[in-house]
Amino acid sequence: MSGQGQSKQQHGVIDENLRRVYQEAVDEGVPDRFKSLLEQLKKQDDDQGKAQ
Amino acid sequence: MSGADPRDELVEHLPAMRAFAISLTRNGSVADDMVQDTLVKAWTNIDKFQVGTNMRAWLFTILRNTYYSSRRKAKREVSDVDGVFTESLAEKPAHDGHLQMNDFRVALGKLKVEQREALLLIGASGFSYEEAAEMCGVAVGTIKSRTNRARAQLAELMGLNEDEAMEMTDDATMSVLSASKVASF
Repeated sequence: MSGQGQSKQQHGVIDENLRRVYQEAVDEGVPDRFKSLLEQLKKQDDDQGKAQ
Repeated sequence: MSGADPRDELVEHLPAMRAFAISLTRNGSVADDMVQDTLVKAWTNIDKFQVGTNMRAWLFTILRNTYYSSRRKAKREVSDVDGVFTESLAEKPAHDGHLQMNDFRVALGKLKVEQREALLLIGASGFSYEEAAEMCGVAVGTIKSRTNRARAQLAELMGLNEDEAMEMTDDATMSVLSASKVASF
């Protein structure tokens, strides 16, 4: 096996783990607080729009 | 009411923003505060977003700026843990051919934050080197060398060096290998 093959393999192991760690965080889903924050911001803007 | 409001798109990017924030900070509540600040900033500065460009890249830029400015503030209170790293991971790396996710997380946490960030942007979030360079305000070559150093450092911390790498034959490794070298099997 060449040295290059080894580093490719390392690369694969690292990236696989990286994607798994990241995907786990993605899969956790998004807490409701963010959706309600967006709704709040939207409502604020709508109210301002009406006032103007 | 005009047509498409780019702000309606924000919600789609939330899971990726949060995953990036968590992986970068390794702290759920810090990450969530960052994401919250970013959302408010993005909402109120939406006129600065160029419609038709990559919104995720724009959001990640705000996110990382938020992170670095809060880190600067935090440094006054706590010493810089991220800056010191280096000692090798644990006494017993995963020699049994079974990669522990936790070991990986620990190793990732030991990287310099700029290196971790580059690796996350390129290796996990799927940005190009060019996009990552623009987001971080550095040259493309800098992003490349940060990712390379991050990978080399992780390999070292996880005991994946030289001949040891050849023993890594767990399922994850095999699936990566077979995915990239189907023809040889």
